[in-house]
Amino acid sequence: MAIHPEHELHARRRGRNVAMGLILGGLVAMIFAVSIVKLSQPQNEDIYAPNYLPATGASE
Amino acid sequence: MADVSHIDTQEYEAQFGDYVELLKPRVMRLVVFTALVGMLVAPVPVHPVIAIASILCIAIGAGASGALNMWWDRDIDAIMKRTQGRPIPSGRVQPGEALAIGLALSGLSVMMLAVFANIAAAGWLAFTIFFYVVVYSIGLKRLTPQNIVIGGAAGAFPPLLGWVVATGSISVEPILLVALILIWTPPHFWALALWRNEDYKAAGIPMLPVMRGERVTRRYIFGYTLLLIPVALAPSFTQIGGLAYLAVSLVLNAVLLAGAWRLLKRQESDRDADNFRAEKQFFGFTIVYLFVHFLMLLVEATLRALDLSITALPIWF
Repeated sequence: MAIHPEHELHARRRGRNVAMGLILGGLVAMIFAVSIVKLSQPQNEDIYAPNYLPATGASE
Repeated sequence: MADVSHIDTQEYEAQFGDYVELLKPRVMRLVVFTALVGMLVAPVPVHPVIAIASILCIAIGAGASGALNMWWDRDIDAIMKRTQGRPIPSGRVQPGEALAIGLALSGLSVMMLAVFANIAAAGWLAFTIFFYVVVYSIGLKRLTPQNIVIGGAAGAFPPLLGWVVATGSISVEPILLVALILIWTPPHFWALALWRNEDYKAAGIPMLPVMRGERVTRRYIFGYTLLLIPVALAPSFTQIGGLAYLAVSLVLNAVLLAGAWRLLKRQESDRDADNFRAEKQFFGFTIVYLFVHFLMLLVEATLRALDLSITALPIWF
């Protein structure tokens, strides 16, 4: 019996699958964007990082 | 020999839009707006990317509770005219699918909000979903004519969620915003229930007009309007309000009070004569009332950002 790569179900659910793919892609993009924002916010732990900002008010 | 046959009992294939409808997009729109206002009026600025991601989580969480509500209420939704076209009673989406989508999106939205914003905001979102689905839909909606008073609490949380995303904690301003929506909800819904009475009666939902009659409902609408006025004016005297908010709020409250008084004085013959015209007008105005109040808080926040706000009002709260 031949295996049909394209089942009738695929055609029927094309709209759903495309929308689902776009949403998952959007979720990945959003998590990536939030990661970039969170990682580039000023921090005072890694002095070699470009976003290093010494803690204010803390006296040595 | 195995006899495998696939019997397709479903002639309709659920489309993506049917699942979107399950999330109550119109309620979501209101949630997005009030949560955004709560976030923007907060004293702590939020990075735009984090703001968008957090608002999205809050909207998805609200949508998920909408799906769970539709799953639970599918029996009465099929009876009432207003809800007959919803995805489950119209047969486009299976109940099990709605339950799965609701549970999955609830969990996902809470977890993502914890990562994007903070644990406190995620906790409040989880509580909001729990309150709407378990306390309101499953618990009280079919038990007490005060259902709408409790249900309103669930709809009242979004501005608080937005505030907590920004600040990580709660103060008097978001509590006043919650109180505003909470006390606004009963007169808003009871006005609707007055002319949807037959629907609710058929579905056996103990709405106030069904249980206690029209006269009592009109009295309740007026009473809650009186209660609402000081709550709506109070934000003027916090750090998020000001003169512009107070001025607009005074006008809105005067119109609302006049409308509630008119409803109180109407007899059954009046509403039969014009087919609930005043009730429908009052219902329509309550929507404008709430929207403009939140809009004015945004205006005040903008004025503060531009250093244009008039600081003539004392901050009492």
